Amino acid sequence: MAIEINAQNMHFKLINEQIRASSEKEVVINNTIGQRFIGSGCVGKDIHIHGIPGNALGAYLTKSDITVYGNAQDALGDTMNDGTITVFGNCGDAPGYGMRDGKILIKGSAGYRAGIHMKQYMEKIPVLMIGGKVGDFLAEYQAGGKIIVLGLGYEDTCPVGSFCGTGMHGGAIYIRTDILPSGLPSQVDAFDATDADKEEIRPEIELFVSKFGGNADEILASHFFKLVPDTKNPYKQLYVNN
Amino acid sequence: MPVNFFPAEFEVVRNSDRCIKCRACERQCSNEVHIYDADFDKMLSRDNQCVDCQRCVSICPVSALKIVPNENAFRKSANYSQQLMIENYRQAGSGGVLLSSMGNPQDYPVYWDKILINASQVTNPPIDPLREPMETKVFLGKKPAGIKKNPDGSIDTHTEPYLELNMPILFSAMSYGSISKNAHESLARAATELGTYYNTGEGGLHKDFYQYGKNTIVQVASGRFGVFKDYLDTGAAIEIKMGQGAKPGIGGHLPGAKIREDVSKTRMIPMGTDAISPAPHHDIYSIEDLRQLIFSLKEATEYKKPVIVKVAAVHNVAAIASGIARSGADIIAIDGFRGGTGAAPTRIRDNVGIPIELALAAVDQRLRDEGIRNEVSIIAAGSVRSSADAVKAIALGADAVYIGTPALLALGCHLCRSCHSGKCNWGIATQRPDLVKRLNPDVGYQRLVNLVNAWNHEIKEIMGGMGINSIEALRGNRLMLRGIGLSQKELDILGILHAGE
Ligand code: SF4
Ligand code: SF4
Repeated sequence: MAIEINAQNMHFKLINEQIRASSEKEVVINNTIGQRFIGSGCVGKDIHIHGIPGNALGAYLTKSDITVYGNAQDALGDTMNDGTITVFGNCGDAPGYGMRDGKILIKGSAGYRAGIHMKQYMEKIPVLMIGGKVGDFLAEYQAGGKIIVLGLGYEDTCPVGSFCGTGMHGGAIYIRTDILPSGLPSQVDAFDATDADKEEIRPEIELFVSKFGGNADEILASHFFKLVPDTKNPYKQLYVNN
Repeated sequence: MPVNFFPAEFEVVRNSDRCIKCRACERQCSNEVHIYDADFDKMLSRDNQCVDCQRCVSICPVSALKIVPNENAFRKSANYSQQLMIENYRQAGSGGVLLSSMGNPQDYPVYWDKILINASQVTNPPIDPLREPMETKVFLGKKPAGIKKNPDGSIDTHTEPYLELNMPILFSAMSYGSISKNAHESLARAATELGTYYNTGEGGLHKDFYQYGKNTIVQVASGRFGVFKDYLDTGAAIEIKMGQGAKPGIGGHLPGAKIREDVSKTRMIPMGTDAISPAPHHDIYSIEDLRQLIFSLKEATEYKKPVIVKVAAVHNVAAIASGIARSGADIIAIDGFRGGTGAAPTRIRDNVGIPIELALAAVDQRLRDEGIRNEVSIIAAGSVRSSADAVKAIALGADAVYIGTPALLALGCHLCRSCHSGKCNWGIATQRPDLVKRLNPDVGYQRLVNLVNAWNHEIKEIMGGMGINSIEALRGNRLMLRGIGLSQKELDILGILHAGE
């Protein structure tokens, strides 16, 4: 049994109180009209959102899943810890900021500054997956994790904006495209993904198509670029002890 | 190339009549200054590697050592100091940005030293703290603007979350990574015993220290290292670090060499990877965005913890503080430009920002003028060096002060300003196990407790002298201060009269 919350005209504080108070794992929120912070710091829930949630959805999310049957806004999954956020539409700026683990799956496109400073540690490898295209400043300061941009429906252009991977020093970016993003910084190595590289993201692609439809083999048959940093210490040469 | 040679800053003077060649100095110096030459049966020194940390001097069993400034001098210039010349040589040799640590050592005015404190005579008798109760307890957080009544006529007793401190002193943010585990343990235990707080800095919280959570302020910085639900839940308050006095406007880079196993685990990044805190939070470009981070943290912790926003003291700090006070923050920490750091680009440390004294006075006045001073508490930071500085800060409008460098001094720091090398001989700013173990947390924590208790006693004594028996009555009480040798403009900004007025 799921509890249902009618979010119409409800303050975000109350929504979160009801989520926390619920004895049920599954929570369905209807008529969401831009309330921010839904599921912030939430533990052990499965939240289904109808309507449009506001900024900072699922911040610090822990052992929880959130599904949005519509668009999401800015700061989605900020400093998310684990679990899965699934968005059946587009999302705004800065999804997955400082993400530590878990998965963010966006069926459509994402705004600027996606996946900034994603991290990883041992088996905790966060994944940010974007079905459509993504704006400028993707993966700035990326320290770990996988960022996958599929560019579905944007085959004629590069699905990634400018200034991708600035300050990147860990993790990897996979982009399904024939056109390399322009102006990549010098510390990022970009190359054609090999079959072995593509196998690294097969589980994520399979998860993506299981949620949003499509064919994993077909997607993987396309050309991908893989971007990795060439150093773990981008600032090493920059300083002299004084 | 000979131009790349520059004279050692210090000269290691060894009294060979005293030296017994025990080689203790050799074992103690992580900078490998001392070497034993077997052929000549003699201790030698590589002076140019010495940072004057005084470790060897204090360990030498026969007091054979002293470290003195090297008298070899470049031709004197009031414009181009020897230091400046050497710095340019260094950069010409490497192409690198100059990296330094600890607080700004340059000769800027220290306003604390130009402010004098009042005392009572005759008409308003002083109070003796040994005889009479003196209150130094402070509460940090929002204060209600007035009494509110519930619909049934009873008084609304709801309060916003706050921090309760036995004395107006907290330990400022120093991350695990920039300082050692033993240093962190000393701070955590001292804060617990004193009834105050220490601050994790941006490096996350080591699992061994969760037990000190109720005396811990957990920091959330742009790198978001070690930030997750348990971390947020464990702390007594959450500090959002927007800036740091020693390096306003730039982020932090903990070099990969300092990311050893434990630090890597606490920060949740792989070993050997640089820990980079970007200059801005890339999700904060406005007060509204800041408000969003504050409320996402409050939501995540169910409004149980006050949120501190820490900013560097910069030119328009008063306007910034006004924005922060309206953003939902409970406490503002202002960090002056002389504040310490584990590593900062030299040029930024020495040239960016403003003194805490002026920033604090400006912020307090601005918030009063706007009628929102009760919305936030203010913590002043960035070189509060003594109890007298703390008293002056409180009289200028602070609710409490953060101390960093004095705490490190208690742990043995000699201000050699070489923290960024990761080879701190006192076991503080290092992760090298052989060096870390030189700092015994059992001793370290006791010395911190001693220091802060002594300061607190001095604060009571100074307050008593003024005839004030509660810290509340001192806060913002600028009539208790007079300037000495200050211009009218400086006095106006500080909001105090000149001595004799
Ligand atoms: S660096 Fe410290 S321990 Fe080494 S010689 Fe200089 S003062 Fe002595
Ligand atoms: S912490 Fe250590 S390295 Fe840093 S200034 Fe103090 S003694 Fe020197």
